[in-house]
Amino acid sequence: MAKKVAFLQGNEAAAHGALYAGCKFFAGYPITPSTEVAEVMSLELPKVGGKFIQMEDEIGAMSALIGASLTGSKVLTSTSGPGLSLKQEIIGYACITEVPCVIVNVMRGGPSTGMPTGPSQSDLMCAKWGTHGDHPAICLTPASVQEIFEETVRAFNLAEKYRTPVMIMPDEIVAHMRERIVFPEPGELEVVDRAPVTVPPEKYKPYDTSFGDIPPLAAFGSGYKFHVTGLNKMADGFPTTKAEYVQAEEERQVRKVEANKADIMKWEEYKVDDADIVIVACGSTSRSARYAVDVARKQGIKAGLFRLITFWPFPEDRLLEISKKVKAFITPEMNLGMTHGIVKGCIEGNAPVLGIFRVDGEPINPEQLIDKMKEVK
Amino acid sequence: MAFDYEKYIRPGKLPHIWCPGCGHGIVMKGLIRAIDTVGLKKENTAIVSGIGCASRLPGYMDCCTLHTAHGRAAAFATGVKMARPEMDVILVGGDGDGTAIGGNHFIHACRRNINMTYIILNNKIYGMTGGQFSPATPTGDKASTTPYGNPDPPFDIAKLAIGAGATFVARGTAFHANQIDKLITEAIQHKGFSVVEILDDCPTTYGRRNKFKSVIEMMNHLKDIAVPVKAAEKMSPEQLKGKVLTGVLYKEEKPEYTEEYAKVIQRAQAAK
Repeated sequence: MAKKVAFLQGNEAAAHGALYAGCKFFAGYPITPSTEVAEVMSLELPKVGGKFIQMEDEIGAMSALIGASLTGSKVLTSTSGPGLSLKQEIIGYACITEVPCVIVNVMRGGPSTGMPTGPSQSDLMCAKWGTHGDHPAICLTPASVQEIFEETVRAFNLAEKYRTPVMIMPDEIVAHMRERIVFPEPGELEVVDRAPVTVPPEKYKPYDTSFGDIPPLAAFGSGYKFHVTGLNKMADGFPTTKAEYVQAEEERQVRKVEANKADIMKWEEYKVDDADIVIVACGSTSRSARYAVDVARKQGIKAGLFRLITFWPFPEDRLLEISKKVKAFITPEMNLGMTHGIVKGCIEGNAPVLGIFRVDGEPINPEQLIDKMKEVK
Repeated sequence: MAFDYEKYIRPGKLPHIWCPGCGHGIVMKGLIRAIDTVGLKKENTAIVSGIGCASRLPGYMDCCTLHTAHGRAAAFATGVKMARPEMDVILVGGDGDGTAIGGNHFIHACRRNINMTYIILNNKIYGMTGGQFSPATPTGDKASTTPYGNPDPPFDIAKLAIGAGATFVARGTAFHANQIDKLITEAIQHKGFSVVEILDDCPTTYGRRNKFKSVIEMMNHLKDIAVPVKAAEKMSPEQLKGKVLTGVLYKEEKPEYTEEYAKVIQRAQAAK
């Protein structure tokens, strides 16, 4: 049987990816340029017995999401810049309480209201450092409509597997462009469900580390009674200020992601092996970069592309390795140097890092990249 | 035989954090009696709160308990109830948590008429942070941030709930302990969003700043100002000055939110 093929927008693909992953609950608040995610979910979720709710504000949407996830549902919300800022307190709550959830954040110009219909990549730091306190961060940056679908499925898998929020952050160009998409058949992509609880209700503790760094999460309403709080907590979920518990729990929450980086990180290396100049880019910018690499190669410049599919955790070790044999890196991005700073920080001065920063709402084009390559001595 | 409260209390979690003279324990006992009267199953009951003294209540209850972020209890609870409508959902919180930082979630939960019961323990102050004025602090009163007297007019929380669309609204006081469980029982049994405000003045951070010499004096004050709604019908506006109505203040039947969403699912599946 021929596979289902469609001509879809990035935001629509995110919604369909969520449904493929088994998402049964969406809570959101209208915001440009992510609204199509909510619109598709409002149409499709009730067909599969799922629930859609438009909440009174962004914080309420994020809060309802955590409540629903605690009953065992796979949950999704979508937002953009200002909404991401508002959601941050509850994202931190989801980190410390270890409740899985997926957040689509379509990157538009900022700060504040900024440029609601213009593309940007300026929320990359907010994805990691937006909520206060030490906490884990997983952020994916897809570059095509097909990849948004597949990475949304992966975002759910990572959220459920590691009991933590996962952000999927297409820039506005990727989110709003239309491309051909081939729908994977059921079973074709891996779908991870929450680890089952193996102890009876009277023995259950929501943070029992005898099960390892990621203890199974029971569902409210399934016969298990337990306590959930945003305070620092012990194995049974109750608050504590005892130094030994707080330190160990904080470290474990961050370690869940750090120790599993190899499973979470994903990137693509395009003509990097013999490259003198490596472009490090994500999202729509990486599409211009790929084109520029091909054009440059025809002109005799040995260029390559390192495309970030997982942005957080950042592939520092691999870039350090690459830095030992290249003349320079170029970081094109629709912000004022976020990837630039991270790359500089992880390559120990082995090569210069040239930046191309655009925050005028226009995409970075291949000509800019080729001009920049010619600056490399 | 004496009522067995321990059946509903989590083993090893008492004593509670509340100050001597605080009414929150009286309200918790009322809630427990109500849960017992209605016959709610502990493992099927979610008790959700925000931040503050009152919001510590769920931790003592042997149910599915969710101590959320400041002001967000109604939004978290909405997610629980929407995703699992078969669960019984009870919200607990204070006046600051519910009507200041959580005011937006509160009015919209009222508007949706989602089947949950919200118990607001109105102690007229932010107690946990040391006694700053709240939206329920009377004008002119002293708080740690109104050293010259409170310039703000207070909310009438029950009226706010009625205006926002709650379909059951009641008010009691910590003095009228035997009425609390009856009001909460009726609220839980009501289908829709029900609000029970319990006046429960904070002795530690409100009373001592506002010329109440003792907890007994504060409790007697609650007794003096409370007028049952029935009795109030026979009183003149002059007689009612400075009084607060207690009992069931409002009740109506309206479509309930999760039932309405079940119809959305039916329509979507019929059209498929």
